[in-house]
Amino acid sequence: MICRKLALLLAALELAGCGYNTFQSQDETITAAWAEVLNQYQRRADLIPNLVETVRGFARQEQEVLIGVTEARARVGSIQAGPELIDDPQAFQQFQAAQGELSSALSRLMVVVERYPELKSDANFRDLQAQLEGTENRITVARNRYIESVRDYNVTVRSFPSNLTAMLFDYDTKPSFTVENETELARPPPVDFTPDAE
Amino acid sequence: MPSSSAATRLLLTAAVGGIWFASATLYAQQPIPPLTGRVADLTGTLAATERESLEQKLTAFEARKGAQIAVLMVPTTAPEAIEQYALRVAESWQIGRGEIDDGVVLLVAKDDRRLRIEVGYGLEGAIPDASARRIIDERIVPRFYVEDYAGGIAAGLDALIALIDGEPLPPPAGASGTESAWGALPVVLLIALFVAPIVRGIFGTLFGSLAVGTGAGVVAWALSGGLVAALLIGGMVFVFALAGIFGRPGRWASGGVPWGGSMRGGFGGGFRGGGGRFGGGGASGGW
Repeated sequence: MICRKLALLLAALELAGCGYNTFQSQDETITAAWAEVLNQYQRRADLIPNLVETVRGFARQEQEVLIGVTEARARVGSIQAGPELIDDPQAFQQFQAAQGELSSALSRLMVVVERYPELKSDANFRDLQAQLEGTENRITVARNRYIESVRDYNVTVRSFPSNLTAMLFDYDTKPSFTVENETELARPPPVDFTPDAE
Repeated sequence: MPSSSAATRLLLTAAVGGIWFASATLYAQQPIPPLTGRVADLTGTLAATERESLEQKLTAFEARKGAQIAVLMVPTTAPEAIEQYALRVAESWQIGRGEIDDGVVLLVAKDDRRLRIEVGYGLEGAIPDASARRIIDERIVPRFYVEDYAGGIAAGLDALIALIDGEPLPPPAGASGTESAWGALPVVLLIALFVAPIVRGIFGTLFGSLAVGTGAGVVAWALSGGLVAALLIGGMVFVFALAGIFGRPGRWASGGVPWGGSMRGGFGGGFRGGGGRFGGGGASGGW
């Protein structure tokens, strides 16, 4: 009896020594960071209907760009985005691609907007633009924090001796945003660009 | 021969130095200045009196409301965008109280002609991005256009303060004196550590502990003037002494004082961030 208890205790200590607890806390950090990413993407998606309506009021002839934004938003909305996404690299890629399309549709819209001075000086539009810029910046921050937390986790998965624990419990490395994305992130939010700066 | 080897060494040093310099200038981000005051001007734009008056405005505001605002003027944020640099500054300075996250950083990159209001998590409701943008466009930028930097910053700060005043925040900690009394805790504990075993030896466990606890409370009160915290400290020392914790000094020596890390911003006159967090909220603008 004592022997079994001792063995259990030993096993527990071993696990602690092999980073089991580190996995748990880093996993929680990733979940929280990912939730923040989703939260900020959602915030951006929520801004879009209002933004599209406001732009349409001033720039009716820009149907193509406006429809592009609306469709990209619809695609983003059709993807089931939840915490389980980070355990499915393929779905993660799809989600990323959809969000990326929405980003470029939005930056096209913001370039088009430059042609409409009345729109640019409209108070409602200016507020929406500030909100969009702020949200894009928050997305950048949230993504960077997610990347950092995944990096920490993946290092733990791969390095000795915690990799043994990872094998035992089937912990795998988690997907992160790709390098191309990261260089994209190093740029200021696209809505800041004026057409002549492009 | 010696002259040529000296020449080689010189050349090598120069080459290494050149490479180091090149790599440093290529990859270096702008360093974050240490937090020395509420208003830091690395461009030498603000006159001493202007800086002083901005500083006073912010000090008075923090004493009244508890939220922290810091101003930083730098020549440029290149190679980073102002958003990235502002976030690094905010994360490193940790303006705003911990848990409440009520901090704001106003960053001006003078040569880039860009500025940013970085808003802490706790104030994102009081200062939405659109409001931050309006403050920049309507209050600050018109004055920056005519090179009235101090006036622009002062007007921006007034607008920010007005917005934050509308937000119900926990009262500033210094008001009741409790914060400063807790600052006396390490000193009191250190004294109790040496005195407790002796006094207990003389008066016995119960009365000795009572005496040490009372003494600790009086000392804490004398050091800080915060009565409530002093009473709590006295009670705490009494319990510790009764439990005999002070009799085993090894316990403290190995573990360290457990609340040593939470003393930020409590003691001393210098300005420090309180542990506020930021998530990229706020707005940027240019002139």
